[in-house]
Amino acid sequence: MKPSKLLRLPAVLACLGVASAHAAWQTNLTPGVTEVGESVYQLHMIIFWICVAIGVVVFGVMFWSIINHRKSKGAKPAQFHESTTVEILWTIIPFVILIAMAVPATGTLIKMYDASDAAVDIKVTGYQWKWKYDYLNEEVGFFSNLSTSQDQIYNRDEKGENYLLEVDEPLVIPVGKKVRFLVTANDVIHSWWVPDLAVKRDAIPGFVNEAWTQAEKVGVYRGQCAELCGKDHGFMPIVVKVVSEPEYKEWVLAKQEVARQEYELKNKEWTLDELMTRGEKTYGTYCAGCHQPDGAGLPPAFPALKGSQIAKGPIESHADIVLHGKAGTAMQAFASQLNEVDIAAVVTYERNAWGNSMGDMLTPQQVAAMKNK
Amino acid sequence: MSAVIESDHHDHHHGPAKGLMRWVLTTNHKDIGSMYLWFSFIMFLIGGTMALIIRAELFEPGMQIVKPEFFNQMTTMHGLIMVFGAVMPAFVGLANWLIPMMVGAPDMALPRMNNWSFWILPFAFGLLLSTLFMDGGGPNFGWTFYAPLSTTYAPPSVTFFIFAVHMMGVSSIMGAINVIATILNLRAPGMTYMKMPLFVWTWLITAFLLIAVMPVLAGVVTMMLMDIHFGTSFFNAEGGGDPVLFQHVFWFFGHPEVYIMILPAFGIASAIIPTFSRKPLFGYPSMVYATASIAILSFIVWAHHMFTVGLPLAGELFFMYATMLIAVPTGVKIFNWVATMFRGSLTFETPMLFSIAFVILFTIGGFSGLMLAIAPVDFQYHDTYFVVAHFHYVLVPGAIFSIFAAAYFWLPKWTGHMYNETLGKVHFWMSFIGLNLTFFPMHFVGLAGMPRRIPDYALQFADFNQISSVGAFIFGTTQLLFLFIVIQCIRGGKKASAQVWEGADGLEWTLPSPAPYHSFAQPPVIK
Repeated sequence: MKPSKLLRLPAVLACLGVASAHAAWQTNLTPGVTEVGESVYQLHMIIFWICVAIGVVVFGVMFWSIINHRKSKGAKPAQFHESTTVEILWTIIPFVILIAMAVPATGTLIKMYDASDAAVDIKVTGYQWKWKYDYLNEEVGFFSNLSTSQDQIYNRDEKGENYLLEVDEPLVIPVGKKVRFLVTANDVIHSWWVPDLAVKRDAIPGFVNEAWTQAEKVGVYRGQCAELCGKDHGFMPIVVKVVSEPEYKEWVLAKQEVARQEYELKNKEWTLDELMTRGEKTYGTYCAGCHQPDGAGLPPAFPALKGSQIAKGPIESHADIVLHGKAGTAMQAFASQLNEVDIAAVVTYERNAWGNSMGDMLTPQQVAAMKNK
Repeated sequence: MSAVIESDHHDHHHGPAKGLMRWVLTTNHKDIGSMYLWFSFIMFLIGGTMALIIRAELFEPGMQIVKPEFFNQMTTMHGLIMVFGAVMPAFVGLANWLIPMMVGAPDMALPRMNNWSFWILPFAFGLLLSTLFMDGGGPNFGWTFYAPLSTTYAPPSVTFFIFAVHMMGVSSIMGAINVIATILNLRAPGMTYMKMPLFVWTWLITAFLLIAVMPVLAGVVTMMLMDIHFGTSFFNAEGGGDPVLFQHVFWFFGHPEVYIMILPAFGIASAIIPTFSRKPLFGYPSMVYATASIAILSFIVWAHHMFTVGLPLAGELFFMYATMLIAVPTGVKIFNWVATMFRGSLTFETPMLFSIAFVILFTIGGFSGLMLAIAPVDFQYHDTYFVVAHFHYVLVPGAIFSIFAAAYFWLPKWTGHMYNETLGKVHFWMSFIGLNLTFFPMHFVGLAGMPRRIPDYALQFADFNQISSVGAFIFGTTQLLFLFIVIQCIRGGKKASAQVWEGADGLEWTLPSPAPYHSFAQPPVIK
């Protein structure tokens, strides 16, 4: 790259850096909506300008030589080839600059590591390929799945504004309150990242990592999984809704009410049609990513369900695989991810969709019995 | 020169054998060097094709060309092939060709082992590439193959991947032993350590790095093998293991590994820049000490790849400070190259163009490296395209450009013909433009929030990704021109003199062009 391009870069950054987070041609880091994010952004800019300054000096001397000390201009080579003084100087000066960079960086890092006195504690669990949020003190928990349709991804439908950055249920946190995240994973390593909150923490099975944020502005902030976690790594976004304190309280109450209703649904008498309707929806969210919406799968890793031995075999073993997964394959255990109604619905759906027409159904009560065995 | 004439005479009886068996059985450093270089170029084209598949898919949002699982195989294989198949063998090839000529030796110290270390490679990479055709596909867990994605959740072909890595490791270790044995034992009388060309110095240090860390890589893949097939739980949390342990061990190998891919490049630039500046290298001793410092520091910075795994605060601070420290010796090298050019008498043949681009673009990659070293800011950069931009700026104009520079610089010595200078310059400018178009926008999308290793992306990243893809195709297709230039140069062209370049200095330039089959049968006299 020519220095002219390098010199132009900061100007470009200065113009576009302040643009809103989701504008196209965004070229710079977002300061986000937290104090920590702001100091991270400041650090980033300081280091950037120091690098630019060093670049201007070094490349300046270089291009001075390239232009003026050409053989074609009759330049005669000097023969100097060492100077201990100069060597010592250009060892010490960068060292001092580095210390100047390290001091503010250390301060910011110490601040980031202090997760004490949080108002809300949320356990974040990474799954292939979705996030689960458990509010530890509110007893609210739910999965958050990509809500962009396969049709949009495979170009059969026009892409929406928040293509790949939208979920069925966003995380909701109160504004101006310190929120602590306890980050872990259920299968492989994921990484929970929301640029505007200046949080990125790896979600590692067997570990509980700590991070925190305090959003100062109401709004919707979007992020993505940052650690390669398999096939749908690019399809497990994070959406955080920062709301006012009263709105947050209301939301928690509503979520608790929904949970109660779901619990009651477990004891309801379900018909085949009801289960099929619910099963189609659950299948689309949890199963279609691998087994495909038409049940054809992606063999050999993800077998077809349409006409499969399992979907057309005994209902108990079918339900067993959905509940407990299949060792040595990508098939996960859904016992802890889906409630009894959803398991019953999805098994029923798989047995009666795409011409599998088995005509039988699994009830939530049967699932509960299997789970308790 | 009398030594040379005598060796010419010997050639009559001890020249290369005829036919295919010459290449299978050869113990000659030049034959083996050529095979390494050709092998590396083939791998470069294969790995490059994979990169183009990636860039074609990323040309616009949505899934168009490949499925996500194949996309992951492409990113993984592209990384593995470029690192282990293209860059490392290219440097070993250059070491084979040049080290004996530079230290005044007839050949490498361990010629039969030399043959073996090359011939392992085609089998290792044959094995690795064959996984793409297996049930469940090839490795799809990234070139860093983090457990448990690469163990419990890996496709069955991971076992073949592990054995391929073992074979590459054996080859690299043998190559490194050979380099060390040659440099320590076969220097001509009077070739003291502090008279050795910097390419020899940087390779000596690289060889020690290889011997230190390739066994660590072998260790980590063996632990994977045990976890996958023998029920151990090194990296499996459910069995009491530790997925983060994998990353510590991997990066204890991985960070020195990135210097393995750049130190020989420093040696090449230190040969070419003085030649075309017609002025001795500035600060030779400081260059040697800086290289050694970088190598030593490379062992204590590994966890800067892991700032987000939840290291304790003290660990983060230590690895941040240690990493920033690397900027000091690296800076010294850059300053020395610039001081070498300053008040020289510069000309701009193709090797010099590639070397100047190397210094500038590698420095830009160094700047982004310094930014990445700052742990609190790295939380925002980590695993984004900013990192992809960073390491491509140090590896493509760093390692790859230096290899091109070396090829143009020494081709006349190897073949006895000058290459086509105009075409060489076209190759340089096309590569330079293509490279910057490809990788510079990646800084922007990374800062704007695009994670790496995703097959599809949100709409706001579309514009820069399109530019990157166009650049990648320019860069990729340009490399076929390089192939043409090299073949043309081998087949004929203007005869090269022994000196080749006006400002060239070193023992290899005292040999005739092309260099005789056995370099120095009699030790040369060192001034």
